[in-house]
Amino acid sequence: MPNTLYDKIWKDHLVDLQDDGTALLFVDRHLVHEVTSPQAFEGLRNSNRKVRHPNLTLAVADHNVPTTDRSKGISDKESKIQVETLEANCKEFGIKLFGMNDKRQGIVHVTGPEQGFTQPGTVIVCGDSHTATHGAFGSLAFGIGTSEVEHVLATQTLVQKKAKNFRVNVNGKLPLGVTSKDVILQIIGKIGTAGGTGCVIEYAGDLIRSLSVEQRMTICNMTIEGGARAGLIAPDEKIFKYLKDRPMSPKGKDWDKAMEYWKNLKTDEGAKFDKEINLQAEEILPMITWGTSPQDVITIDEKVPNPQNEKDEDRKNSLERSLNYMGLKPNMAAKDIKIDKVFIGSCTNGRIEDLREAAKILKDKKIAAHVHAMVVPGSGLVKEQAEQEGLDKIFVNSGFEWREPGCSMCLAMNADKLKPQERCASTSNRNFEGRQGRGGRTHLVSPGMAAAAAISGNLDDVRKYQN
Amino acid sequence: MQKFNTLKSIPAYLPIVNIDTDMIIPKQFLKTIKRTGLGKNLFFEMRYDDQGKEIGDFILNQNPFNNSKILIAGKNFGCGSSREHAPWALLDFGITCVISSSFADIFYSNCFKNGILPIVLEEEKIKELSEYANRKEEISVDLNENKIVYGNNEIKFDVDKFKKKCLLEGLDDIALSLKKSEKIENFEKDLKNKKPWIFND
Repeated sequence: MPNTLYDKIWKDHLVDLQDDGTALLFVDRHLVHEVTSPQAFEGLRNSNRKVRHPNLTLAVADHNVPTTDRSKGISDKESKIQVETLEANCKEFGIKLFGMNDKRQGIVHVTGPEQGFTQPGTVIVCGDSHTATHGAFGSLAFGIGTSEVEHVLATQTLVQKKAKNFRVNVNGKLPLGVTSKDVILQIIGKIGTAGGTGCVIEYAGDLIRSLSVEQRMTICNMTIEGGARAGLIAPDEKIFKYLKDRPMSPKGKDWDKAMEYWKNLKTDEGAKFDKEINLQAEEILPMITWGTSPQDVITIDEKVPNPQNEKDEDRKNSLERSLNYMGLKPNMAAKDIKIDKVFIGSCTNGRIEDLREAAKILKDKKIAAHVHAMVVPGSGLVKEQAEQEGLDKIFVNSGFEWREPGCSMCLAMNADKLKPQERCASTSNRNFEGRQGRGGRTHLVSPGMAAAAAISGNLDDVRKYQN
Repeated sequence: MQKFNTLKSIPAYLPIVNIDTDMIIPKQFLKTIKRTGLGKNLFFEMRYDDQGKEIGDFILNQNPFNNSKILIAGKNFGCGSSREHAPWALLDFGITCVISSSFADIFYSNCFKNGILPIVLEEEKIKELSEYANRKEEISVDLNENKIVYGNNEIKFDVDKFKKKCLLEGLDDIALSLKKSEKIENFEKDLKNKKPWIFND
């Protein structure tokens, strides 16, 4: 019987399958960060258990770290304790950690691929919902809770039930100024935030194949915003080339053996999908979110919706609640939405290509006087690369702040946050109420669109600034 | 883990769709290194004003709902971040059963690890049950029998058999999986032969 890529990875990791369909799945790669792990390590200690495979585990502090000068450490007491707890736990259990002052430190989903820790055909987990990012390499990667983190640390396995197969095909060519961020926002708008619940999504089609490795990561990253725990793309030459000679990639004979295996990782012709949708790339335009759910998307040329046009009572109430929170009027044009802040960064759009895309728009331009804007590179290595290319100067000259790497204002656990009613054009992944700070208002956009908004002082069309 | 068997309570009804885990427990409370003590911050932004005073309109601030053990909510409950702090906060507040027409996958799975029963019902049934919340009448949940009893009516609900067993008996997942150590070891041996690059050593 023909199998999907997900079916194949699933079968290849089955340690045990009970009659009721409950499976024990082997985990090849476990990423750990400071927020969702302390209680898991505590659990191990309380039960006198060890980490089964410290070698298959990699830790990095990212959520709580300051993005300003780090020479004096972390000033917030609780954040400091959490980061120090991770350091102590990694030492006690023998886990490799990239500390705050290591240049390899960064957002866990930027660091993993960068180091070659992320590999095709593997099962990768992390106590973080954006683990889906790693699916770009043709791995089955998904977020887990802290109890599951403890389970993986202790057993290197996870109790799971098989999900459904959902394929999203995107074909054609993207118009100028349209990016993979716009593609995934469009997909989420189409399927809704619960559209992928219970499924693993495979992204396919010639547009997906034409994307770079980093662009693919942006798409897989936001799979969770469409409700699916994991999203993946069959690996190809671009992936293999990306991984070659990374610090934790296979070497020598192992590389050759891995390649033999990786090359066959694809969905068989005729494999059955429980759900399937098709998108045409030419029809995708620069997108923004107007509301408080990632499914609240419109194109930059459109207007925010009017709840009065909704027949469904729940939907109407939900629209009214969102508009009220966002401080927007029905039928307002997207381009009339004035912004206060711009945030470029996160595990969705904090990689070198994202920074290049934004810098291209900002070159020789100044941001609007009332806008406060910042760039937070996804890792120390991304920062270093950007500085070698002179991107930092472009950002700083235009009026952006150039920061140290971390999760930063994507979730505002550190000092970087919106004040009540402040409005932000953000390249992150969630526009939930209070996500970037209590009362803060988030519009999700691509890096180019964030740069355009910074220059104009309102949400604007990136194509206007494209040469 | 705390066992779940039967539960009787006046349910609290929160008719909002897509309640995300940021809403259930905002990030400033994720800095803890403990599992307990999060109940006072459950639904923080809806529950307290800027001065930290309770907002009277919010359902969980009202008597008797401040003692509800059952929460009824709109569809796609628990979407967003994987933070297990969300079920920890519910549990610490005293809520051990959440009823909705759909749940996000990670939250759903996290509930079972903490002795919380998430129940999926059709929208129509949710509306019916919400009437009991509005009238401040008790309903009871019986996991043994897979049923909710309200007034003279009852509704059956589905729950995965293995998850049900774990909840009823308060089983430790890790201990169960470690019973399969031999299978894990065999898998690992096989893996070392077939995919030597995985182990990094």
